[in-house]
Amino acid sequence: MAGSHHISRRDFIKLATVTVGGVIGAAVGIPGIIYLVDPAMEAGGKDAWIPLGPLENFEIGKPTLVTFVRTQVNGWEKTSNSYGVFVIRKSEEEALVLSNRCTHLSCRVNWNEEKQAYICPCHDATFSPEGEVLGGPPPRPLDRYEGESLKIEEGVLSIHFTEG
Amino acid sequence: MWKKIWTKLFTWFDERLGLNDLYKATLDRPEPRGNWWNTLGSASLFLFVMQGLTGIFLTVYYTPSPDHAYDSIQYIMTGVQFGWLIRGIHHWGASLMVMVVFIHMLRVFATASYKYPRELTWLIGVGLLLLTLGMGFTGYLLPWNQKAYWATTVGTAIAGSVPWAGEFILKALRGGTDLNALTLSRFFSAHIWILPLLLTGLIGVHIFLIIKHGESAFPDKED
Repeated sequence: MAGSHHISRRDFIKLATVTVGGVIGAAVGIPGIIYLVDPAMEAGGKDAWIPLGPLENFEIGKPTLVTFVRTQVNGWEKTSNSYGVFVIRKSEEEALVLSNRCTHLSCRVNWNEEKQAYICPCHDATFSPEGEVLGGPPPRPLDRYEGESLKIEEGVLSIHFTEG
Repeated sequence: MWKKIWTKLFTWFDERLGLNDLYKATLDRPEPRGNWWNTLGSASLFLFVMQGLTGIFLTVYYTPSPDHAYDSIQYIMTGVQFGWLIRGIHHWGASLMVMVVFIHMLRVFATASYKYPRELTWLIGVGLLLLTLGMGFTGYLLPWNQKAYWATTVGTAIAGSVPWAGEFILKALRGGTDLNALTLSRFFSAHIWILPLLLTGLIGVHIFLIIKHGESAFPDKED
């Protein structure tokens, strides 16, 4: 039109269609993606002090499994998850607590009295009584509760546990 | 240089897929003089695709069981970010789709576009209208609230009033004598699998016939 505008009517319609379509698509598409990944954006990993029982109840030197249940609201439903730790009482006043979750792919390890090792049923990982890797695929020792994350108050052993 | 690569790539695919022919047949076909009433079919198709997409998104959280259906929708509306938007589009889009499909039918009737050679396009269109209403009916139960429950009680009771076969139809629809978990799960199955698949197939034939015959011209004084 009069040479001042170099865009034809047809091209203008095309451009307008793509622009309006793109804006509408983004206005619905971006919220759509956020909707899908919403659970990943929730703050997870609640923490709490979990009492494991009086220290005197544990036999010195022998790893003992202690299990506890934590409930969590996922979506509209409350889910109970069971967790376990091994308590190794070192002396009258000292204890070491190890997570029973294999550091390879999160299966639960068992204490084998004969072999004096924790053995993972999934991929035959073995850990020493102190949690060090003896064999198999795990990249690091079993998670330990010690120092700040462990306390003994009035004879009761507790760990500072974080979910997830 | 990028343009050259793009052209080469496009030509490679075009030779094998016939993209240009496809484009010409579907989007660049000759039309009679423009008329907004002729866009209602495309509007119906757009709404169908939109309902399909938002519906798929809803199934990510929705759970079709009497124990969870209501709570899962409450969660979509209040717990999930933009859940209100996805469900809102699906909810209002459903009513809009019924309206647009119905007006589309009225337009075809008013312009006598159902005549030779388009009788089958019309008949399939009738099937599409009924399926759309079926989608509305089955989707209405899924929130499992009071309105949904009693609307389905009444709706299935109407189907149950058919002479002789009524009781059989009623029990087949409800999956029992009264509304129960089976009703909800079979309505859900119909709503997300059976009816959409039938709709998709019939829409395909409907569109094929439209492309084959072209749009009908509006009748003039001579007709």
